Amino acid sequence: MTHIQLSHGGGGEEMNRLIHSLFFEAFGNETLLQSEDAAALHIKSPIAFTTDGFTVSPLFFEGGDIGKIAIAGTVNDLAMMGARPLYLSAAFIIEEGLALEDLRRIVASMSAELARSSARIVCGDTKVVPKGACDKLFITTSGIGEIVYGGISAHRLCAGDAIIVSRDIGAHGATVLAAREGIGIWGDLRSDCATLWGAVAALLEGALSIHALRDATRGGLAAVLNEWAVASNVCIELEEEAIPISGPVRGLCELLGFEATDFANEGTFVLALPKAQAPRALEILRAMELTCNAALIGEVSQKRPGRVILKSPWGSSRYLELPKGELLPRIC
Amino acid sequence: MSLQLRDLYEGFRDAEVIKALSKRITQESEALREPLHVMEVCGGHTHTIMKYGLKQLLPQNIRFIHGPGCPVCIMPKERIDHAIDLSRMEDAILCTLGDMIRVPGSKGSLAEERAAGRDIRPLYTPLDALKIARENPHKKVIFFAIGFETTTPMSAALLDAAIKAGVENLFLHANHVLVPPAVDAIMADGRAKVNAFIGPSHVSVITGSKIYEPLPIRYGTPVAVSGFEPVDVMEGILMLVRQKNEARCAVEVQYTRAVSREGNTKAQALIERYMEPRAHFRWRGIGDIPHSALRLREAYAHYDAERVFAEHLGNEPIDDHKLCICGTILKGLASPKECKVFGTACTPSTPLGSCMVSSEGACNAYFRFAEV
Ligand code: SF4
Ligand code: SF4
Repeated sequence: MTHIQLSHGGGGEEMNRLIHSLFFEAFGNETLLQSEDAAALHIKSPIAFTTDGFTVSPLFFEGGDIGKIAIAGTVNDLAMMGARPLYLSAAFIIEEGLALEDLRRIVASMSAELARSSARIVCGDTKVVPKGACDKLFITTSGIGEIVYGGISAHRLCAGDAIIVSRDIGAHGATVLAAREGIGIWGDLRSDCATLWGAVAALLEGALSIHALRDATRGGLAAVLNEWAVASNVCIELEEEAIPISGPVRGLCELLGFEATDFANEGTFVLALPKAQAPRALEILRAMELTCNAALIGEVSQKRPGRVILKSPWGSSRYLELPKGELLPRIC
Repeated sequence: MSLQLRDLYEGFRDAEVIKALSKRITQESEALREPLHVMEVCGGHTHTIMKYGLKQLLPQNIRFIHGPGCPVCIMPKERIDHAIDLSRMEDAILCTLGDMIRVPGSKGSLAEERAAGRDIRPLYTPLDALKIARENPHKKVIFFAIGFETTTPMSAALLDAAIKAGVENLFLHANHVLVPPAVDAIMADGRAKVNAFIGPSHVSVITGSKIYEPLPIRYGTPVAVSGFEPVDVMEGILMLVRQKNEARCAVEVQYTRAVSREGNTKAQALIERYMEPRAHFRWRGIGDIPHSALRLREAYAHYDAERVFAEHLGNEPIDDHKLCICGTILKGLASPKECKVFGTACTPSTPLGSCMVSSEGACNAYFRFAEV
């Protein structure tokens, strides 16, 4: 057997074998192996709870795959709330005909990503659907984390806060776009897909007053900052030149007329905290591999509440708007 | 590739250079006898001006009037309806470039058709259409070709490759428009206050700067063919100010790193081989302009979607949304902010008119890169 067949989802013997051989082996832990109708958990502290559905085409790309994103994405959502990731669920919707080898690779990559945080998969589900009913594979993960640092919120930014981004932006969006459109790769475009709990944990332990923290996924940096500006009714002023963008991402944007600030990221976060603490936060971040490009990109003011302003090095400025609609290249 | 690309823009965004140019222009423009109304013909320049905030670096007596130079913006509704009708044919795959799929015609947009299940594919390069035609030999693959002189050679190259490969299920719907007749139409109208031009960059790489030579003679307007980087545009403006102050008017090329007088003669020959001027073409908002677009030559009529599928296509002119003033903007008579629905009923995700769709459209550039 080399491909997933419909009978795998029928509740029959073949499906059981598949689940056991593949998922249990990769994710095996006491709770999961109990195979009860639901996982029984013991949590005493306040918790954060999140869910996300993952679809990406192509399934594999430079720097990651759908499995890696499905784990990192949910773990990161918890981390952004100051919560230590504990328990995850994973549901797979598999299109008939998916190569078993691909599924194996994806599951192995999920298991490798789980090892980067304290999270474990404690329950899950699999459905196989007829060809055409989904695009190869959709994964939904939910997660519960123990809140170890309370009060982080999009509503807490205030004038005098510094805005820090954890690394160069836009790598995931640019990589997936280039792969999907078969645009030759320039330099090395590589998704930033990564579990951020390590970096966040280091910050949380750094005796800092973190006001807001968010991973810049869909809608990119532009979306996060605009949401913050509106939620906290403050103005965010950015120095355009300070925003880190890698050469290959910049090149892709130049060529096709995109803005790196609109591109999705899967392992990049933005942080707001009092300006005086910015040097310490940067020091902590830059000491770690994933966030060694962390940069101070701007600050919070009351100039135009609800708006994000981008200042050019030659003295002009404009608003950074929310990305609108499907990202499409310019004509020439 | 990334290296070459970087060579193209590095140095052309240097803050010190831009500031120095801004100062120079401000000083020298004091001697201008009348305000300079610069039409940047090409949407790529509109994009640069807004994205880099260049208006803020210029004195009061220099103003931009945004021209008709975006192939998406000038596409009239009936042509977009053609694309939709073609996509609705049995066994059809409709391919087009980028933004085109968002422009509303009278029956909605291609994006809506795609959501309704039609096979519509935005391409990054026209040659992908050939690949799609080969992979789907039993389908009719139609390339809805748009663009100014810049993209025309690529469509001609696509046709050339299809003929050489013996591919017979690929068709072109040609909407290739020409810059000079449009500029003439706007100037002949007499209402636009344009007294200087920034000439397109990419268009000119293909055509050469010679195509603008009639402008100074006919309208007494200086022309500066400029690149797309902020330094390019600022240098172009300075050239225009100097011509005015020295009472000269000529075609000057700022973008010498890519533009010659003759242009790319190979590309021109390729176009000449496969395409010929149409008697007239209707521009959105501007109206009928004679000889302002190309179509496939008679000898290649069997590749021409407009002729092969004529029975599916209507040809009645369809006007724009009543509130949309795209036409007035494209003629250089209004600025996007004068439109009553700008930024309210009309935004990039719910465009009422085409100028809000493409990143080179004036309304889109004003929305995305709103000045503080
Ligand atoms: S680059 Fe060419 S096609 Fe694009 S807006 Fe300018 S003139 Fe039009
Ligand atoms: S804002 Fe919209 S409706 Fe108004 S002119 Fe521009 S495109 Fe047309």
